Amino acid sequence: MNNLTPQKEKELMLKANDIRQSIVDMLEDAGSGHTAGPLGMTDIFTAFYFHILNHDPKHPDWSERDRLILSNGHIVPVRYATMAHAGYFPLEELKTLRKFKSRLQGHPEREKLPGLETTSGPLGSGLSQAAGIAYAARMDGKKFKVYCCMSDGEMQAGNIWEAAMFAGANKLSNLIGVIDRNNIQINGMTENVMPVEPLADKWRAFGWHVLEIDGHNMEAIVDAVSEAHAIFEKPVMIIAHTIPGKGIKEIEYDFEWHGKPPTKEEEQKFLKELRTMRGQIEDSHSE
Amino acid sequence: MLNENLKLNSNVFEPSKLEQIPTRDGFGHGLVDAGQADQKVVALCADLAESTRAHWFREKFPERYVELGVAEQNLATVASGMASYGKIPFIMSYATFSPGRSNEQVRTTIAINDVPVKIVGCHAGLSVGPDGATHQALEDIALMRVLPNMTVIVPSDAEEAYKATLAIAKSGKPAYIRLGRDKAPVFMTKETPFEIGKAQILYKSKNPQVVIVACGALVHNSLLAAHELEKEGLGTAVVNMATIKPFDKSILPFIKEIGALVSAEEHQVAGGLGSAFSEEMAKFFPVPQEFIGVHDRYGQTGNTKELFAEYGLDTQHIKLAVKKVFKRKNGAR
Repeated sequence: MNNLTPQKEKELMLKANDIRQSIVDMLEDAGSGHTAGPLGMTDIFTAFYFHILNHDPKHPDWSERDRLILSNGHIVPVRYATMAHAGYFPLEELKTLRKFKSRLQGHPEREKLPGLETTSGPLGSGLSQAAGIAYAARMDGKKFKVYCCMSDGEMQAGNIWEAAMFAGANKLSNLIGVIDRNNIQINGMTENVMPVEPLADKWRAFGWHVLEIDGHNMEAIVDAVSEAHAIFEKPVMIIAHTIPGKGIKEIEYDFEWHGKPPTKEEEQKFLKELRTMRGQIEDSHSE
Repeated sequence: MLNENLKLNSNVFEPSKLEQIPTRDGFGHGLVDAGQADQKVVALCADLAESTRAHWFREKFPERYVELGVAEQNLATVASGMASYGKIPFIMSYATFSPGRSNEQVRTTIAINDVPVKIVGCHAGLSVGPDGATHQALEDIALMRVLPNMTVIVPSDAEEAYKATLAIAKSGKPAYIRLGRDKAPVFMTKETPFEIGKAQILYKSKNPQVVIVACGALVHNSLLAAHELEKEGLGTAVVNMATIKPFDKSILPFIKEIGALVSAEEHQVAGGLGSAFSEEMAKFFPVPQEFIGVHDRYGQTGNTKELFAEYGLDTQHIKLAVKKVFKRKNGAR
């Protein structure tokens, strides 16, 4: 993985904007689904699929690929949209999200769509699957990395801490977690529902190296993963502070947008805002 | 008369002459041999290596043994990850904990995910004895039987457990194998065939009036009951239903022909082997059926003999059930 050049950073930001537009579009088409989380994680997924991951969209089962495990399956629209933009399947298929017979199930199913790695939705079990892959890969001397995206509400699930203990004890340095620290969950703010703080201290106590970043800053995302690659005696947890609904001002930070899609009118308004943002990205980096 | 093709031990009706070995031992030896045959086989255990017999594999292949500690949800999900990568993980714990505690993880990350994790539920049934109700899994067959993609196997002796272990290691599918803690008579031999999904007619009187279908420890009890009943003039047939899922429908015409059924299992009658049979027979050709099993109660502390008598799983109760269903078959209420 190379460091980001200004040109590459701009490309990634524009790609993230395209992907956000796809997310808004597909969620409106679906008529149900989660909006806040996918928009909040778009920059990270873009950085992964367009810069960090060693992968081949035309050969999703390539044995040496990096594995990206999505534990909080409800934000899968961001993964579907990013995978489509990366060339795993045609963009038009995004319109089938949550539709009968679609490969794009409401929550991701490994058997339905190549490249998903695991089936997820029920929270708390992705990190241990990632740890299992990392452990098995190390047994075989494989060099690829295993990444696992989780939500912050998911930190309330016991299975996460079983996995934290296991990965820490086994020093799985080929395992890198990313927590979407957007502070919201269905019933409200995480710290009101069931506090997860002090989050970084918890992970350190379980034997992990912990980094905290701005999850919307491409350079910070790439630098954090670079640093994680340099840590070879511990698993690494990247706590990515993100804004739920990022990119659309009227829904940012609002937990009411955790689990609903935009209406047709909202979609048009949101897409307009995203197109304006696109222009700003082009201008701000064009000097 | 014993089915000669199955090469059962000739002392099958004289338990004192049979070796007494728990099914978990047969599994433990099977796991070592499965590990010998295929490098992809790995063993994961949640702090119960010796009692699940995982320690034999650990001694032979320490680099392929993974300790999880007391964490059954992690046991299931780490194994799921390993299987999706390409390993063949066997996960060992007590059935009440795995697949009991980890049920959702088993459903989502193993069964829907359709990865070849082998769930080994030890200490299942009342025969855990003194440990009491908390440790006596009586609902595990029901939990696993309703999951698409899952194979469910309940071996009846250590020999069958050994062969079933080797078979599921090669199946490429998620599987649940249910094992007992207590010593149990080994009435099969090395030559007795085993195939996933195949019912076996172990015993058939000249003029059978009732079919007894059984799994696990109750197969041998059923054979003893059938032998005594034949001496008393009532002919039966005994079917070993070691694979509960996928269900072997080829046995149904045999039951239709004889026309009365007793199911026998060390499990709640709701959702287990007997339920599987009544579902299939209702669609095919309903016959009167009596259910030997636990009837909506929890277990308790005691030894196997005491508990089997209390819950109606012993030979005497099987005989009574056969007589009762025989009367129903002939029109009595």
